[in-house]
Amino acid sequence: MKILVPVKRVVDYNVKVRVKADQTGVETANVKMSMNPFDEIAIEEAVKLKEAGIATEIVAISIGATQCQETLRTALAMGADRAILVETAADIQPLAVAKLLKAIAANEAPQLVILGKQAIDDDSNQTGQMLAALLNWPQATFASKVTIANGEAEVMREIDGGMETVAIKLPAIITTDLRLNTPRYATLPNIMKAKKKPLDIVTPESLGVDVSPRLKTLKVVEPAKRKGGVMVANVAALIDKLKNEAKVI
Amino acid sequence: MSAYAAPLKDITFLLRDVIGLAQITQLPGCEEVTDDLLTPILEEAAKLATNVLSPINRSGDKEGAKWNAGVVTTPAGFKDAYRQYSEGGWSALAGPPKFGGQGLPHAVAIPVSEVIGSANMAFKLCPLLTNGAVEALVQHGSPYLQDTFLPKMVSGEWTGTMNLTEPQAGSDLALVRTKAVPQADGTYKIFGTKIFITYGEHDYTDNIIHLVLARIEGAPEGVKGISLFVVPKKMVNADGTLGARNDVKCVSIEHKLGIHASPTCVMMYGEDGGAIGYVVGEPNRGLEYMFVMMNAARLGVGLEGVSIAERAYQHALVWARERVQGRPTTAVPAALGDKPKSVPIIYHPDVKRMLLTMRAYAEASRALIYWTASCLDIAEKSTDAHEKQTHQALVDLMIPIVKGWSTEIGIDVASLGIQIHGGMGFVEETGAAQYYRDSRISTIYEGTTGIQAIDLVGRKVGREGGATSFVLIQEMEKLLPLLMAAGDINLQAFSKVLAGGLREFKRATEWVALTFPSNQGAVNAGAVHYLKLAGTVCGGWMMGRAALVAAQQLAAAKGEGRVDTDFLKAKIMTTRFYGDHIISLSTGFSEAIITGAESVLQMEEAYF
Repeated sequence: MKILVPVKRVVDYNVKVRVKADQTGVETANVKMSMNPFDEIAIEEAVKLKEAGIATEIVAISIGATQCQETLRTALAMGADRAILVETAADIQPLAVAKLLKAIAANEAPQLVILGKQAIDDDSNQTGQMLAALLNWPQATFASKVTIANGEAEVMREIDGGMETVAIKLPAIITTDLRLNTPRYATLPNIMKAKKKPLDIVTPESLGVDVSPRLKTLKVVEPAKRKGGVMVANVAALIDKLKNEAKVI
Repeated sequence: MSAYAAPLKDITFLLRDVIGLAQITQLPGCEEVTDDLLTPILEEAAKLATNVLSPINRSGDKEGAKWNAGVVTTPAGFKDAYRQYSEGGWSALAGPPKFGGQGLPHAVAIPVSEVIGSANMAFKLCPLLTNGAVEALVQHGSPYLQDTFLPKMVSGEWTGTMNLTEPQAGSDLALVRTKAVPQADGTYKIFGTKIFITYGEHDYTDNIIHLVLARIEGAPEGVKGISLFVVPKKMVNADGTLGARNDVKCVSIEHKLGIHASPTCVMMYGEDGGAIGYVVGEPNRGLEYMFVMMNAARLGVGLEGVSIAERAYQHALVWARERVQGRPTTAVPAALGDKPKSVPIIYHPDVKRMLLTMRAYAEASRALIYWTASCLDIAEKSTDAHEKQTHQALVDLMIPIVKGWSTEIGIDVASLGIQIHGGMGFVEETGAAQYYRDSRISTIYEGTTGIQAIDLVGRKVGREGGATSFVLIQEMEKLLPLLMAAGDINLQAFSKVLAGGLREFKRATEWVALTFPSNQGAVNAGAVHYLKLAGTVCGGWMMGRAALVAAQQLAAAKGEGRVDTDFLKAKIMTTRFYGDHIISLSTGFSEAIITGAESVLQMEEAYF
């Protein structure tokens, strides 16, 4: 069974994100970039399935600038077998990502695509769902446990009320939630080996996909500064403030 | 407790842009060491350091290693951290490929080791000692010893120790008394007591391979009668499985000022009939073998100064930004309000000066060690005989300097870290004190600063009339006009101060070269000053090189966002500070070296 795992290069979660002076986006120049943490979980899950003898090949995919190769090398060091970079300088939105992945899925014929449930830079939480719709495959999002058997995936999902378990037929889309696993650290020998694993570079054009943005960003601003807190005299005063000032109850 | 963040920007900037990774990549066996490999290696090592080793640094200090009836238990989390470290392949980073290592150069191993040491110095000592033991066996072990022990020591499945010191034999190893009795089967029975054995016993691994200095019965007195032995904790069967327990045990561990998580053991050999040992190389050449690998070991300990300096600096910086105290005497950002009554202490000039001192020392000592590591790679691996020889001479000169100076400034920086915390630094809760306590050993073991200084003025400078030093000084002088021409007022100012430092270093070197043959005592009286002067000036040279590259990169970017402007500007400002506040001390050192001997030598013992 082949598994595709898309990975996104995002601003590292430790970096304090700053808005660009011209309000067109956030500052990414000279900022530490890393693999989206939910995608790390996706890679880890795929590697576990391979170690368990269920998966035979893991293909990591990234879309974006040439530096995304570093992110793909990380995926290869964690255990992916080969990588594909869709190289583009364009602003890529979730629908374009889903279309590109659909085109790659058509070439690769995977049984499973495991994605992070969202990327920590734009928090869209759309790509997996859109890809499922485009491919017309079943989807199980926000996975916290995955079991593959008899051509089916049994997935425990994190939902508002608790946990829900669904069974879906393969091929399918799974998106990962935080508690699915703890991603491993790449070992030194695997980092060295990753350098030699195949990494193909394609373009949106060669995949025949139009990636032009459908959404326009008008302005990006910092969140409003947090106001200082106050001590309240008693519970009654607290409830009064929650009701009348904050208007949350 | 502040988190540790590996200074990957400075590390990669130094390796790639200042020292030049390209010259390492050209060396045989280092072809793979390119930029695209360096970054993931450093990032992954940084993850392990930050997420696994740093969180148990403080708890390890509080809990400490425990001894009970010969068994040593390391603090909570250390055994698992070691498992992750060795399973991650980090033990094998520099090990020879023939025995399962990755064979990466010192220029990569040193930065990785710095990061590990910053996160947890007490932890790092175990791999450091293992590497030393591996090196000894690689160079001098018989095929049997290599095949039996090296693969598992390289992988980290077993660890290694170095057993030199005895109660009566510290800096003077000629006094070693541990006895080796030849057996009919070619092995030896070892009898004696060794002290200060780092990780002599622990719970990380199933076996521990001790390298032990001992005297074969009937061997000559003094240093020429000492041999080196392998003494495994557990015997190894022909099929590689572990056999019976050898006659070696840990009878106690020391209660120390720092590095509490690292067990410092008293080892007893041969209480029960004799510990079985295998001689390494030829009998009576043990000390010579130890000296061969001492370069790498001293580089590794010098690096502890850098590690601690970086960690203490980061810790103090967080505090200086958070601690609000006192009215500002200089302009402060408008965000702090109009005429604030008190501001974060980082806005006070004296606190800034302390932070800059910490930062400048950390960066300078880092640059100097990385450069020395790259010279060691070239000396070991170059195919050009001339290049090999000149770099070996540089390494021999630099080793006592980086070992002695970096560890001395490590303590100074850790002490400043406490000072910035004020009273809160003196109490243990803030964590600043641990770095100071941990750092204190680094100027003592692997040869005290005094021993390093005597090595420097004697074997390295005095004996060859300062030849290598003068070559290095000439090389350093070449930087001065480049700094003047860089079109940056800070670099011009720095160039002038560095010129002054170089002048003093040259003057002191001439005096040492001239005086050493006739009056070694006078030279030794100021030897530590000379070592510090050398470190100060050579560190300044590396800062200047880095600042020059920073200025060039800033100029090439022409204000566009392709470079990290803040980082590069900080490098230039830190360099200028290093000149004004640190290199400017050179005159004091050279005066003390040249004129200070009399007051030491004339003071009679009875007057004390």
